[in-house]
Amino acid sequence: MPDQEYDVIIIGGGPAGLSAGIYTARARLKSVLIEKMATGGAIVNAGEVENYPGFPKGIGGLELTQQMDEQAKKFGLESIIAEVTELEIKEDKKIIKTSGGDLTAKAVIVASGSERAKLGVPGEDKYMGKGVGYCAVCDGFLYRDKVVAVVGGGNAAINEALELAKFASKVIVIYRRNELRATKIVQERAFATPNMEFMWNTVIEAIEGDDLVRRLRVCNVATDEKSAVDVSGVFVATGSKPNTEFLKGIVPLDETGTVIVNEKMETAVPGILAAGDVRVNSIRQVVSAAGDGAVAAIYAEKYIHEKFKH
Amino acid sequence: MGKPIAVTDDTFEAEVIKAKIPALVDFWAPWCSPCRMVAPLVEELATEYEGKVLFAKVDVDENPKMANKYGIMSIPTLLIFKGGNPVSHIVGFRPKSELKKSLDAALG
Repeated sequence: MPDQEYDVIIIGGGPAGLSAGIYTARARLKSVLIEKMATGGAIVNAGEVENYPGFPKGIGGLELTQQMDEQAKKFGLESIIAEVTELEIKEDKKIIKTSGGDLTAKAVIVASGSERAKLGVPGEDKYMGKGVGYCAVCDGFLYRDKVVAVVGGGNAAINEALELAKFASKVIVIYRRNELRATKIVQERAFATPNMEFMWNTVIEAIEGDDLVRRLRVCNVATDEKSAVDVSGVFVATGSKPNTEFLKGIVPLDETGTVIVNEKMETAVPGILAAGDVRVNSIRQVVSAAGDGAVAAIYAEKYIHEKFKH
Repeated sequence: MGKPIAVTDDTFEAEVIKAKIPALVDFWAPWCSPCRMVAPLVEELATEYEGKVLFAKVDVDENPKMANKYGIMSIPTLLIFKGGNPVSHIVGFRPKSELKKSLDAALG
């Protein structure tokens, strides 16, 4: 790919990036979206999305983002599958280095989202796909009549636990605090599920087994009591980490690695904006990501117009 | 052109284990979104590696024996077989470039 020049480069193909793309393409800015995996973002693992306005019956995460993708392409958004390795600022231009070559742009919208954080305990990598899972909607039925654990207490964790409870004989929610963080309606569903149990104030220290996961070594952080729990699987949903490696030293990040932006989604560097889960204080919802994308696109357009008289 | 073949618990042995060339088997299920994201990549690879690698799909919902035998606890899982044995185990959606590396390693 030769050095290709764009008005706007959007990094990340989730709801934030796709929404930004709809707006920049409609503004007749030459726009390209770079995605490292496939269009969709983190929401594709969520299964049904119940809280995106306009879909009273709910809509699949993948279906929703596929429709956003179709909508953006209709207005002329280009897209590339490649991984962004570096962002360089050269005078007024931004150079994006990717696994597929270099691209330049007047403005960049970072919508690279976040990845599930790992527990970082022994056995987690070894048993990946062999009992350690990250997508309960995908894998739930493989745990039919088995005991399975979910780590975490937020919406992602409890939704995974509810999904698994449809198949598993028992779901054990393991959480380091003594009360859930999930939205009330999600908590109500969890507490009304007969085959769901809770281990409060508990953290996992190791994941053990033979070819497949067989047990967890856990520790009660309140009493310091250690024990073993027999399970066939464990789903990790403790949090996430922003995909901002390539931004270090270029734009200010907060201590968790999210991009610091103002209410216009502008970073401290003129012409670099951020939207969705990757930005500071994101509420990590599809609807807010889409909103961020629109805001970032509009202020990217304004920046280009003022700076380059486009 | 080079479309992956659907194999079952009953045909797995004949189609995959006894294949004369390496085989990539895509363990999937219809409701799994990442599986639907992997599927088009597997189809593209099936065309690119036609004649060199056999491409097969196993619906794990309908074929629990093979999923069980190979310890498939997450989907999508791609297994690459060489001489009837799994030599590569790829869990979740991975970029095409990475899948090609694994296939080339199996061929090399």
